Amino acid sequence: MTLVPTLRDAGECALVAEFGDRIDPEVADGVLAFDRAVRAAELPGLRETVPTYRSLMLHYDPGVVSRAELAEALGAIDPEAVAATPPKRWRVPVCLDREHAEDLGLVCEALGIGLDEAVAALLGSELRLTMYGFAPGFAYLGGLDRRLAIPRRATPRPRMPAGSLLIAGGQASLASVAMPTGWYVVGRTPVAMFDPDGRPMVPFEVGDRLQLEPVDAAAFERLAKEGARPEPEDDMGPGSRPGSSPGCGRDEDQKQISLIPDRRAVGGAEPGPTPDRKPRA
Amino acid sequence: MTALRIRSCGPATTVQDAGRTGYLRFGVSESGPMDWARHALANRMAGNDPGTAAVEVGPGGVEVEAAGGPVLVAVAGPGAEVASPDGPLPAPCTIVLTPGARLAVRQRSAGMWAYLAVAGGVVRPAVLGSRATNAVTGLGGAPLRTGDELAVGHAPAPADEGAVGYLDPVADSDAPVSVIPGPQAHLFSAAELEAFVATPWRVSERVDRMGVRLDGGSQGCAGGHDIVSDGIALGSVQIPGDGLPTVLTADRQPTGGYPKIATVARADLPALVQRRPGQRIRFAWTTVEAAAARLLACRRALARPVRAVVERPDTARLLAANLVDGVVDALA
Repeated sequence: MTLVPTLRDAGECALVAEFGDRIDPEVADGVLAFDRAVRAAELPGLRETVPTYRSLMLHYDPGVVSRAELAEALGAIDPEAVAATPPKRWRVPVCLDREHAEDLGLVCEALGIGLDEAVAALLGSELRLTMYGFAPGFAYLGGLDRRLAIPRRATPRPRMPAGSLLIAGGQASLASVAMPTGWYVVGRTPVAMFDPDGRPMVPFEVGDRLQLEPVDAAAFERLAKEGARPEPEDDMGPGSRPGSSPGCGRDEDQKQISLIPDRRAVGGAEPGPTPDRKPRA
Repeated sequence: MTALRIRSCGPATTVQDAGRTGYLRFGVSESGPMDWARHALANRMAGNDPGTAAVEVGPGGVEVEAAGGPVLVAVAGPGAEVASPDGPLPAPCTIVLTPGARLAVRQRSAGMWAYLAVAGGVVRPAVLGSRATNAVTGLGGAPLRTGDELAVGHAPAPADEGAVGYLDPVADSDAPVSVIPGPQAHLFSAAELEAFVATPWRVSERVDRMGVRLDGGSQGCAGGHDIVSDGIALGSVQIPGDGLPTVLTADRQPTGGYPKIATVARADLPALVQRRPGQRIRFAWTTVEAAAARLLACRRALARPVRAVVERPDTARLLAANLVDGVVDALA
């Protein structure tokens, strides 16, 4: 199904292509498909695009392209022109021990569920990176198990460290910066969520699926120290090492939490159109 | 190596170029100058491209000293007062600082942000393709402090023709600030949209590089104050639950969840950000087409700065003559 966006002006240098006004995976897919096609079209005067849950913001230079010209060009975009690559799936190490999951007890109490159930719900959630925002590398995650739907705190909790796994309002997020928050801290990942010198600078792309993988506090410390990178679950590109790698975290049901010390590029997380995606025949 | 030393510096003085492009989708703010027009003007006066890295001088002012060689310095900003070896000068102006010569910029009576550009530009490592400072995230470095030294890029040896004045092509009047209906304007009732332009808003004390908070009224939103987050353009006017509009500026977050009633026209953004806490702001609706035409006219005017006569007291000329020694040292 192809969704047709409503164009809304955000000044004379930006347009919003709005696909909906709610959080909905179908809407998010529509946004990403449109984003792919728009970027591949390399429209003159288009400076950059910003996908969110429900809309694509298009920043443009009216000195190069007028609003009317851009709207016309967008109208001619075929969102299916660029085939969607299957979303990448990642296993993301997360420590759920109490010292890193300070608010998990509170969450259980508030929701009236046991710790085991809460942990199972977290680990069973197929999380989807819906957008970056708020701060560099701050990742919003949809797909949280409904049993963990808890309203935001009435007052923010004290500063939590970068890497915190947060939940509130039926969503999850991975914090790239230390800050006070109105969300609940239910775990912590040793994966660096943002590195301005890294290639890529963020570990995941919008649309990627994330599966949480529990590690204990000792493994967390080691992974954090050694610079943990997440492990793709499938779709491992050429040159990536299957299975084990030196300095592996630990084995668990045939899965491995690997350290990948070299900063290999992971599927076009850099800005700009991805050149290797072929149009659908 | 030619450099500018920061002799003294108030808070919120930073290095800014045109800002970061291409990383909003990763949550990285654009940054760049608060007043894009004066930043471009100062750069053009210094012979640079308009997006070259320059010093954005916050309300606390700055004093710099040339080191290592003569430096052509350009200052722009409404109400900016320049204390130079040539005596006091009104901005916009350029002057060549010989090594050891100092120049101070203050905005005592009017204006919030002034720009100090140097021929050749401020040179520092680019982070994500930009030399802009984001004081919130620390990308691009920290705000400037006393004792910092800024490397100056290569530029032709400046011809010392003394201080040169320029016209400021950006109008600073009390005229209403033009706004385009925002991406959530449809969530506001007709009466609420009318009230937005009828209210005599006032710049509050809460002003920083992320945004300018207004008070003096309470803006309703019939559609509610919570939306599912979407992108935030420069100059977006968002209405949080307390009804106090915030105009989002250079260091704004790339996305947000409050309804945006309007977007300030780029041509009027300088006038808005240069108003001080307590000053009044009225808004008036405009269209995308009209705003784009004004923006392009503004860019054209800034592309070729026009010189103006500078009145210099004779005593200042005498003081300037003493600085020749510094040039000799630098060339030795």
